[in-house]
Amino acid sequence: MDELVIDIQGLKKSFGDLHVLRGVDLQVHRGENVVVLGRSGTGKSVLIKIIVGLLKPDAGEVRVLGQDVTLLRGRELDDFRQKVGFSFQSSALYDSMSIRENLEFPLVRNIRNLSRADINRAVEEALDDVGLSQTINQMPSELSGGQRKRIGIARTLMLKPEIMLYDEPTAGLDPITSIEINNLINEVRQRTGASSIIITHDLTCAKTTGDRVAMLLDGTFERVGTFDEVFADPDERVQQFYNYNFVN
Amino acid sequence: MQADTKSTDSPPSRPSIPRRFERFFINLADVAAFVGRFFREALLPPYEFKEIIRQCYEVGYRSLLLISTTGFITGIVFTNQSRPSLTEFGATSWLPSLIAIAVVRALGPLVTALIAAGKVGSSIGAELGSMNVTEQIDAMEVSGTDPFKFLVVTRVLATSFTIPLLTMYTIFVALIGAYINVNQNEQTSFTSYIQEVFGAITYLDIFMSLIKSIAFGFTIGMVGCYKGYHSSKGTEGVGKAANSSVVTAMFLVFIEELLSLQIANAIRGS
Repeated sequence: MDELVIDIQGLKKSFGDLHVLRGVDLQVHRGENVVVLGRSGTGKSVLIKIIVGLLKPDAGEVRVLGQDVTLLRGRELDDFRQKVGFSFQSSALYDSMSIRENLEFPLVRNIRNLSRADINRAVEEALDDVGLSQTINQMPSELSGGQRKRIGIARTLMLKPEIMLYDEPTAGLDPITSIEINNLINEVRQRTGASSIIITHDLTCAKTTGDRVAMLLDGTFERVGTFDEVFADPDERVQQFYNYNFVN
Repeated sequence: MQADTKSTDSPPSRPSIPRRFERFFINLADVAAFVGRFFREALLPPYEFKEIIRQCYEVGYRSLLLISTTGFITGIVFTNQSRPSLTEFGATSWLPSLIAIAVVRALGPLVTALIAAGKVGSSIGAELGSMNVTEQIDAMEVSGTDPFKFLVVTRVLATSFTIPLLTMYTIFVALIGAYINVNQNEQTSFTSYIQEVFGAITYLDIFMSLIKSIAFGFTIGMVGCYKGYHSSKGTEGVGKAANSSVVTAMFLVFIEELLSLQIANAIRGS
């Protein structure tokens, strides 16, 4: 677990006058799950969008798998993104494609000379892994929120990434489905050995999936540690977060 | 790539006049960059042939019924409306020539472009707007596919290829509609009608009509893609993208029609 796969130093990002990230430092080791907690609009999603090169930082260094993400362009960036899976909050399944086509998309776009049989096998395995084999010919609009999340994760795993970024994986889901998604995140780690950053408000998700928790307060990670270490802090903002999830 | 160039939501306050000018020129530069990027990405490999063909099918085949109906009705209505004026001068025999010139030079391309702006332009604007809102464009980008090439280049090329074909089809259908009306009222034979039609139009008319249609197709595709790709987040943004795709494309089509008229007149005069 000692190898660093993500190393962020002094990361800053603003949108106009809104300073979202004010010098964020974060390290993620190989095979480690780090949960990022924080209020809405504090820049949690911005952080992982910077990691995958969807947004450019204003300052700071972002090294992922030994590469400085801010310097990657074109083909290099595409190759890098094959190693980093991104599971979107909205699942981001392509509406105009069936589930089979959604899962095939990253494969056929990135790996040349794959036979039809290989593609079919990969799609069936991926669906089997998330327990949704029966949905193969359905359209995304026919699926429930939880099913869409699972398919979104399955699509992200098609290219066997070394790092997984989950943006609010349990947002908008009922408690039972949320537990299933949490279990799936842990299964993905066990099966693939991928490191993960999980963005969430859900403390059950944080406790279940995270080796470490990083709490984003006022644009920096003021509290980083195990779940119990972070929430042992008497800081009112931290305790409010805890009480809302576990006391109310 | 270049996701960071996408517009972000701006505050809803009413801007001052200098600020509006500034915003206008920023938008203009943004449009120029978008068009420039289209040409760069369209010329550089890899080429998305499969997706271009799929989009051509979407644009062409799906618009065919609507184009057929409107083209046919346009031919009938234009013939009917033109007859009284020509009858007044005893010149009804000029009806096929008049129809041919009007349909080939202006009505065919214009009717096709307006129908396409409404049906195809709004559909592209809404589809890309919806993909933007639901993070599908970002998802495409992080899965190693250039969404600009896959979504924008393919759609703009499809409209640029297909709308000229639809225009030729509209002209054909409108002339058939006009013939039915002429045949019923003036008992003109089909052979005579066709001779009159082809006697009235020139290669320049057909060439200009084709060039104009390519420009219309390019404009409709480009406006739909630009509006959808830059739609603001939220369902309201999708509606706005679809709506402004139609309005802007129609406005630009009329401007281009006016320009092409001047160019054609200059060529004919020289």
